[in-house]
Amino acid sequence: MSTRPIAPSEITPRALFDERREFLRVAAGLSLGAVLPPAAAVEKLAPARKSPYSVGESPTPFKDISGYGNYYEFSSDKTGHIGPAQAMKTRPWAVVVEGLVAKPKTFAIEDILRLAPLEERIYRHRCVEGWSMVVPWVGYPLAALLRQVEPLGSAKYVEFVSHADPAVMPNIGRRLLDWPYLEGLRLDEAMHPLTLLVVGLYGEVLPNQNGAPLRLAIPWKYGFKGGKAIVRIRFVERQSETAWMKAAPNEYGFYANVNPTVDHPRWSQARERRIGEFRKRETLMFNGYADQVAHLYAGMDLRKFF
Amino acid sequence: MIPAAFQLSARQIAAVKTLLFLACLIPLARLGYGAWNDALGANPLEAVIRNLGDWALNFLLVTLTVTPLRKASGLAWLARLRRMLGLFCFFYACLHVSSYLWLDQFFDWTAIAKDILKRPFITAGFIAFCLLVPLAATSNNAMIRRLGGRRWQSLHRSVYAIAILGVLHYAWMVKLDVTLPLYYAAVAAGLLGLRVWWRVQEKRRQLAGAYLAKPKGRVSPIATRR
Ligand code: HEM
Repeated sequence: MSTRPIAPSEITPRALFDERREFLRVAAGLSLGAVLPPAAAVEKLAPARKSPYSVGESPTPFKDISGYGNYYEFSSDKTGHIGPAQAMKTRPWAVVVEGLVAKPKTFAIEDILRLAPLEERIYRHRCVEGWSMVVPWVGYPLAALLRQVEPLGSAKYVEFVSHADPAVMPNIGRRLLDWPYLEGLRLDEAMHPLTLLVVGLYGEVLPNQNGAPLRLAIPWKYGFKGGKAIVRIRFVERQSETAWMKAAPNEYGFYANVNPTVDHPRWSQARERRIGEFRKRETLMFNGYADQVAHLYAGMDLRKFF
Repeated sequence: MIPAAFQLSARQIAAVKTLLFLACLIPLARLGYGAWNDALGANPLEAVIRNLGDWALNFLLVTLTVTPLRKASGLAWLARLRRMLGLFCFFYACLHVSSYLWLDQFFDWTAIAKDILKRPFITAGFIAFCLLVPLAATSNNAMIRRLGGRRWQSLHRSVYAIAILGVLHYAWMVKLDVTLPLYYAAVAAGLLGLRVWWRVQEKRRQLAGAYLAKPKGRVSPIATRR
C-alpha cells in the first residue's frame, strides 16, 4: 500500500533501459569539454566501466532491489522504509574521514564521486535473515578513498557511522538500535579490492532506500555490515562494538562473514532464498568469494569469530 | 436490556454462521489473489508463510474473545460461532505449517527436525500446533458426547497454552522490533487474565457459600460458564 513514486527503471523494460544508458554514455562522450549544469551531477552518474569482480549471475530486477530490504532508521518492515526514505535530502552531503590518519579530511559528495573511476560490480548480496539478491552496484573500491587520508601504522580497524536524522528517520527516536548506526571492518578488510564504496545502482544514482548517497557493499559478509548513508569514517586501534553487536551480542558478531556452517542462533544459514526464485539455494562459503577472501581469516575459528 | 433485534432465531443464526464462514475465507482469498497477480512483493513465499501465521494467531485470539463477548452482551447465540472460529484457526495453522514444510523447507525432513529441536521459535510453534490437533479432532458433537462435558472442557483448556506459545513463537521469530508481537501479547494477556479473574470470582462465591445451584441435566460445554 505504498505511495512511493515509481522509478523510471521500474516501468522501463531492461533492454530499453540499457539502450538508454548506452545513449547517455555516447552523449556524454560527445559532450567532452562541455560544462554540465551542477544539477545534472546529482541526477546522473559518470558512466561506469565493467569489472572483472562481477559475478556471472543475472541481476535481481531493480524493482525488487529497490523495493525490499532493511533500513532500520526508517522502519523495521522490509518495505516500510521506502516511503519515508524519499524525504531524506542527500545534498549537500559531506563525509568526515578521521582518526588515526596523517591527513584527516572532510570530503564533499561531489569530490567523492570524482575521486576514482566508477565501476559496475555485480555482486551477490546475502542478508543475515536468509534471503539474497544479485545487485549491480556502481562505485569504486573503498581503498581509493581511505588512501587519501594516509592511515597511520597504529590504525587497525575502520568504523563507519551512518546518518541519523530524527526529522526524517522515524525510528531514530526509538531505542531499537544504538543510533547512529555503527559498523566496522578490520583494516585489511576495508582495504580489500572487493570492498566497494557504492554510489549507484543499475547505472543510476543510488535510490535513497538503498543507502544514498553512499554506502558500503562487502559482498562476502552479511548485508548489515554495509552501512548506509555514511557520514563519518574513523580509523581506530581497537575493534568497535557495532550497532547489531550491542543489540544482540550472541546473534551478531563483528565479522559476520557469510558462512553456511555457522547458524544464526534462531535460524539456519545453510540455505538462502534468492529473491525471484522458488527453491532455496545452498549458501556458499564467504558468499562464493572464498578464493578472494578466505586467506584473510586463515587460522581463525570462524565459530568463535562469527 | 438487550434489544430484541439481537436475539436471533435459529434461521437467523444459521445465516450469521454462513456469512461468518465466508468472511473467514477472505484472508485466504486475498492471499490467493495476491499470489495470482504477483502482488505479494519481492519475497512472495515469505509473505505467504507469514500471512498464514498471522491469521492462525488472529483466529485463535478471536476465538478466545467469544466467551467474554457473550458474557458481556448476554447473547447466548454468540457461543455457537466459537467452534467455527476455532476450526478456522486450525485451518490457517495447517496452511501455515504446510507452507513452511513446502515453501520454506521443501520437505527436507532432517532440516525440519533440526529446526524444531534447535530453534526456540519453531519449537514453540510446533508445540502449539501439536496441541491444536486434538482440539480440532474433538470439536464435533459426537466427540463432546464421548468425552463428556467435563473432560472435554479440561482438554480444551490447552487453548490457553496454545495462545501463549503462539505469541512466543511470533516474538522469538522477530529480529529486533517486537512491537507487533507485544500487541498480540497484550491482547492474549487480557483474554487469559479475564479467565483467571472469573475463576477467582467463582472461588470466592463458592467460599462465601453463595454457590449457584448446578444446572440439571446434560449441559452442552459450549454453553457452560468458562
Ligand atoms: C509446526 C508448527 C509451526 C511452524 C514450523 C511454524 C513456522 C513459522 C515460520 C518459519 C515463521 C516465520 C517465517 C519467516 O521467518 O519469514 C512463522 C511465523 C509465524 N507463525 Fe508459525 N509455525 C508453526 C506454528 C504456528 C502456529 C500454531 C501459529 C499460530 C497459532 C503460528 C503463528 C505464526 C505467526 C503469527 C508468525 C509471524 C508472522 C509474521 O511475521 O507476521 N505458527 N512460523
